[in-house]
Amino acid sequence: MLEGLMIGLQTAINPFNLGMVIFGCIIGTFIGMLPGLGPMSIIAIMIPVAITLGDPTAALILLAGVYYGAIFGGSTSSILLNAPGVAGTVATSFDGYPMARKGQAGKALTIAAISSFMGGTIGAILLMIFAPMLSSVALLFHSAEYFALMVVGLSAIAAFAGTGQVGKAVMMTILGLMMATVGEGALAAMPRFTAGILDLQSGFSFITLAMAMFALPEALFLVMNPMRSAQGSGDDQSGKIDNLRINRTEARAIAPVIGRQSVQGFFIGVLPGAGATIASFLGYAVERNLATKEEQKEFGKGSVKGLAAPETANNAACTGSFVPLLTLGIPGSGTTAILLGALIALNVTPGPRLMVDEPQVFWAVIISMYIGNLVLLVLNLPLIPYIAKILAIPRNYLIPFILFFTLMGAYIGQNNATELLILVGFGVIATILRFADYPLAPLLIGFILGTMLEDNFSRSMQLYGGLDFILERPMTLGLLVLAALLVMLPTFRAARARNRAKGVADGD
Amino acid sequence: MALDRWIALIFVGMCCAYGYAAFFTMDQLLPPFMQRNPVWPSTFPKVLAVAGIIVGLVVVLGLEKQSDEKEPSATDINYRRLQDYNTGQAIGLLVLMVAYALALRPVGFIAATTLFLIVGSFLLGERKFHVMIPVSAVATFIVWYLVQEVLGIFLRPWPFFLA
Repeated sequence: MLEGLMIGLQTAINPFNLGMVIFGCIIGTFIGMLPGLGPMSIIAIMIPVAITLGDPTAALILLAGVYYGAIFGGSTSSILLNAPGVAGTVATSFDGYPMARKGQAGKALTIAAISSFMGGTIGAILLMIFAPMLSSVALLFHSAEYFALMVVGLSAIAAFAGTGQVGKAVMMTILGLMMATVGEGALAAMPRFTAGILDLQSGFSFITLAMAMFALPEALFLVMNPMRSAQGSGDDQSGKIDNLRINRTEARAIAPVIGRQSVQGFFIGVLPGAGATIASFLGYAVERNLATKEEQKEFGKGSVKGLAAPETANNAACTGSFVPLLTLGIPGSGTTAILLGALIALNVTPGPRLMVDEPQVFWAVIISMYIGNLVLLVLNLPLIPYIAKILAIPRNYLIPFILFFTLMGAYIGQNNATELLILVGFGVIATILRFADYPLAPLLIGFILGTMLEDNFSRSMQLYGGLDFILERPMTLGLLVLAALLVMLPTFRAARARNRAKGVADGD
Repeated sequence: MALDRWIALIFVGMCCAYGYAAFFTMDQLLPPFMQRNPVWPSTFPKVLAVAGIIVGLVVVLGLEKQSDEKEPSATDINYRRLQDYNTGQAIGLLVLMVAYALALRPVGFIAATTLFLIVGSFLLGERKFHVMIPVSAVATFIVWYLVQEVLGIFLRPWPFFLA
């Protein structure tokens, strides 16, 4: 391993490759900030540039830099504008945006930068150590286990529900799942629930839905109640960001979160099909359940733990998703599928022989991950005051621009003006749902995981001729039991709290 | 009945319509060879429809016990007092977005976007036209250039009769 590391280090610190990491991170960060352009589209755009480089190592280093940069850029727009352009950064907006509204945009971006750096770096160390053996663990997961894992991901909704509101959260999840069934299903190429509308044949777009659920209602609320934008106590009004630093208490609070989520996120990333989205939602759910009762109340309102958890987990998962790609040649996510295509175009065949046949590619990519994460930290920390100045733009200009970027995000993804009408329609529905205190995150989680859940469910049913797979595969059963516990925990806690309160009232 | 329960009632109705489509209309279109499979394209929607009706009824009937200590609302806008807020401006912006969606193709990206930004600012109370017009025009052009020329995603810049 030491020899491999030396080869990797030698290749990665070559000035040209170093330049590629920096270039990739900058491009990824800036394009990733535009809602609507996620890592998949950015990497797809950058592939021709990478191929013209001719050198597969430099190309992969460039694309990996773009990948990390885009994830970081997506977090920035989630925190500042509540407009998550990528599914993996949706959970970041739950606490990042409330922090920005409280006048702690600088602090939120610092926590995001540090958490991303730590998640990526610890993930890279784990990748180096576990890559060979993890590939065999990933192979143990079949459709049935993936189905159960998706159910665990969906049961994370309990973490987004307030006490006594699990029903509402589950309702929103089911609505998201139902929306995911619109369009042509994977099982048979027949359109379902399209009402004969041609534009619905390919289903709803994730970006349109994400914008409609988060960015549009928030912009409308800012219009309706200008006091919302004036709630910040400092930087968002003066335009001066002076509270970038996190204090010792906050550092102490997020340190264990970063430690746990780096490991959890990495292992989820290793599983093909899971990836950064599930990692970030599960990370958020787990940390909320682990938090004390007092800390739990802060979740969703600007909790530092709630911000650090998904940010660490999504970056660690990005690194983890390289394990199946590099060691088995199986892409773990849509983004790594595009990377696989780029590698094949560059005459590199990822798989078990890659470490032996082309060690410089394998190890240089790992070393470039450390460098890429460091570049993002060094690049972004000093830029935070400038990035966060976006909040100082007068409301009369900022709101039309937020609406414009929201519309552009939906339009660019599909190149279809009907998407814009769908966006406005869903935006109005989302605003009404927010009036009635319905959590919108579960709807989006349901929508994101819906297709994968149905595919794996259908495949397992076909393989076992029915629901027998639940009992015949112990890992599936275990995961489903875990999912049930995750949903029941908040109800149980609420009941216990009620009994305790009743006991006090009765004078027990 | 509170707004959240009305929404749940609408949701139950929607699940019934969704379930009707899944139970009674989809399977007739299934080719005979697929009818031997243990799972059909309607299987998952059927499960969702039933689950949706059950969960929706739990919310409609208020079966889930609310905690005494209610968590504060995600929004600090009270929907019962909408007249106290700038609701007119919000509706105006929604109409503007619909107009933008309909005008984007025929009018072209540059003119439609510049107008959208100017009218949007105007609706929000901005009256400094000497700032609004150049800011909107420059921002529109920069976005168009980045998206079309740098990223290579086609956006028709000019109206249809000039293209």
